[in-house]
Amino acid sequence: MNRRLYDKLIFEHSHSGRHGCDLPRAIWPDALADIPESLMRAEATALPEVDEPTVVRHYTNQSTNNFGVDTGFYPLGSCTMKYNPKLNEALASAPAIAGLHPHAPACSAQGALEIYWTLQRALSEIGGMVEFTLNPFAGAHGELTGLMVIHAWHDSREDYARTKVLVPDSAHGTNPASAHIAGYEVVEVKSLADGTVDVEDLRSKLGTDVAAVMMTNPNTVGMFEKNIPAIAEAVHAAGALLYYDGANLNPMVGMARPGDMGFDVMHINLHKTFSTPHGGGGPGAGPVGVRAGLEEFLPAPRVFKNPDGTYSIEEPGGKDSLGRISSWLGNYTVFIRALAYILTLGADGLAHVGPLATLNANYVMHSLDDLYLLPIPGPCKHEFVFDGLRDKSTGVTTLHIAKRLLDLGFHAPTIYFPLLFHESLMIEPTETESIETLDGFIKAMRRIADESFKDPELVKSAPHDTPAGRADDTEAALHPIVTYAQYLAKNGHD
Amino acid sequence: MANRYFPHTPDDVRRMLDVCGASSLADLYSDVPDELLMKRPYGLPESMSEPEVRAWFDAAFARCTPLTCFAGAGAYDHYTPAAIAAITSRSEFLTAYTPYQPEISQGTLQYIFEYQSMMASLTGLDVSNASMYDGATATAEAMIMAVNSARKKRRILVSATINPEVSRVVATYARYQNIAVETIPEHDGVTDREVLKDMLGAGDVAGVIAQSPNYYGIIEDFEGWADDIHAAKALFIINSPALPLAVLKTPGEWGADIAVGDAQSLGMPLNYGGPYLGYMTTRQSLIRKLPGRIVGATVDDRGQRVFVLTLQAREQHIRREKATSNICSNQGLMTLHAAMYMALMGERGLREVNSLSASAAHELARRLEASGKMKLSHPDKPFLNEFTMTVADGYDTATVLEALRKAGILGGVAIDEREMIIACTETRTKADIESYVSTINNL
Repeated sequence: MNRRLYDKLIFEHSHSGRHGCDLPRAIWPDALADIPESLMRAEATALPEVDEPTVVRHYTNQSTNNFGVDTGFYPLGSCTMKYNPKLNEALASAPAIAGLHPHAPACSAQGALEIYWTLQRALSEIGGMVEFTLNPFAGAHGELTGLMVIHAWHDSREDYARTKVLVPDSAHGTNPASAHIAGYEVVEVKSLADGTVDVEDLRSKLGTDVAAVMMTNPNTVGMFEKNIPAIAEAVHAAGALLYYDGANLNPMVGMARPGDMGFDVMHINLHKTFSTPHGGGGPGAGPVGVRAGLEEFLPAPRVFKNPDGTYSIEEPGGKDSLGRISSWLGNYTVFIRALAYILTLGADGLAHVGPLATLNANYVMHSLDDLYLLPIPGPCKHEFVFDGLRDKSTGVTTLHIAKRLLDLGFHAPTIYFPLLFHESLMIEPTETESIETLDGFIKAMRRIADESFKDPELVKSAPHDTPAGRADDTEAALHPIVTYAQYLAKNGHD
Repeated sequence: MANRYFPHTPDDVRRMLDVCGASSLADLYSDVPDELLMKRPYGLPESMSEPEVRAWFDAAFARCTPLTCFAGAGAYDHYTPAAIAAITSRSEFLTAYTPYQPEISQGTLQYIFEYQSMMASLTGLDVSNASMYDGATATAEAMIMAVNSARKKRRILVSATINPEVSRVVATYARYQNIAVETIPEHDGVTDREVLKDMLGAGDVAGVIAQSPNYYGIIEDFEGWADDIHAAKALFIINSPALPLAVLKTPGEWGADIAVGDAQSLGMPLNYGGPYLGYMTTRQSLIRKLPGRIVGATVDDRGQRVFVLTLQAREQHIRREKATSNICSNQGLMTLHAAMYMALMGERGLREVNSLSASAAHELARRLEASGKMKLSHPDKPFLNEFTMTVADGYDTATVLEALRKAGILGGVAIDEREMIIACTETRTKADIESYVSTINNL
């Protein structure tokens, strides 16, 4: 990452008459001439005119404004920013897949279906589920799909009175949003002082109007919900299903399975636990797994292995079928990466994922809890939450700490989430970070604590050493400028 | 630990456990009830070296048979300029998270802003979000946006000529939102406007969804639609593949309120169905109803023009159950692909790609009609690079497609036993078309 901002937009490189592509020569008459004028666009497109070297240099320069996992440590809580192996990238760009049309007949896509099926089986083993669909495009899409599966199951039993979904107050923001989009009313369940779900509060809210309870385990403060067997029993006794938000699956890998904890439906973020890159916000994948008895409610299309060893893609169309939640099988190349990661680690390597991620988190927590307020003492799992600095007298907040970390070469932790604390600073190191990297981060955090006493203004006015400074978010929201045309209208042409 | 992704030596682990006051890694799981802990390794193969993993995948890839692609129906075999992969594979872009820290994420924010600008222009509308998952989910989100904008009205009319994969996804989303989706019938391959008028007249319509070029490849004429739909106080939603909008009358020019669709046609590899890119643009007046992330321009405390995620009050991490959508991640990196493709092509290149694709399709349609084995299903309707053929009596689409497959050709997508949809792109050569036609002639 450069320290100076590369501030140009592609439109500002435009020069009339240039172009960045050469196409095959026309051999047939131009068919566009036969289309009635009334169906053709009148307005010109506002696209830049740029040659290929300019385009490549522009985006290369833009990339130097960015910080990624390959740049440095990314302790972003609940996001599991682990290393994205390069082998997986090489495999994901295979020409055999790049040229494979989703409507290709199954007989010419056997290898692609085998990859889908093999990953589906591996995730079922890791999740303790009977079957997975890989079709959902992202974690939130997986949540929505999982809740629709639950809805379809209740509907199949003609149990239409279940209109509510219970969600802990510490849940990821997508949980209540997904429940709402799946047609449910959201009821919040309280957390206890130790960050775990208040089982008594949960029991009091369970009833014949509850369709599901959504939980993540470990939860968003990094604590294992040790009452999960009692919770599962109570949820099932009430006729509801238990949903596992897989955003925090990483510390469980090799150690415990959601299916064994009593969860009925779960999603996995392949871009978290299974090392596929986040791509600046996608494409991800949010496969959904179900326990026995719920398979028929999974969305179409589904991939099956036949007794003769071939694979087929089918569209089960029973009355209970959920239908489609995506045009085809989802973000397919993400599956290649995730399966490559699983095959590389194997059963023996996966066994270390959870414990090493947990070790890294506990190591950082124990190395900083004298200076930072730890509202919930450990042992944590893959992540933990500080409630800002112990000493609040300096006026240095979590936001200031996060921004100062950027100066020191680290991505910020997740901040102001979970909402249980005022100054949440949520740290997740992942298993792919070395002790030297963690020590560097610990040193930076200790330095910031020290600076907060000696020179609080330095911390409060951070960042100083990044491509961009603090942005005016208020102005951006009050008078949104979301296209270059709007920018020109406000600022005039050059 | 014996894996190249784990930096921990046994000595590191011991030192770190000491700091944690734990004697073993298992100690760190002492809070997990013993009956929940796995007592066995996963039933999965042992770890593999890099060459072994490659060999496993190479064997799988070898079981995919390459076919010359004449299939479309939502996914098109356009060429991907080499410059795009060279940039999208840069790890500064590839391995970044959502740009929550704008100070070190300007690269991502800049390309999303560029993408939004280009997509708004391509669709002829004012504003764009930072992308949706795919064209189908974007259409479903547009439906929800229309219902949210209309308050109490919950009827959505969807044209029968829309891609069935899209309408299936729309139906799934509608089912749990208590939205009544009704189909506007078709007549000779296009939406029946007279029936639409009657359906609008019945009241309570929140939105109308139609597609052009439609599932059959036909360019629909939406003249007068916007007036009818707006008179009924409903929103007009047009679904289009992105590429044809460079030459066809835009959703904005037709008077639509929301444009959605899949941007895969902007040179994205077929990749067996994904990742693609859903786009969604709308009028300025509806920006606060738009789901998903939006990037906006502002200034930083150094006086520089910078970009941030804006209007986040609509989003799930602030509004939770009151959010306009649950979408969180979108298709981030694919917006970089789309922006680069449009920048490299420019207006002239996009016109040429459309022209070459359409000209190849028209040539193939002429030659197939001449074969006597099939004819255009809707001969009077205008089409671009995709068209629907009806096979002659005595033939069926399964037999025709199987014969083509044996000749190494993915001949199209069957609608039923009689009709199939065929698409061409600029990557289809004269030899490809000769081969298709001779296979049909030899049936």
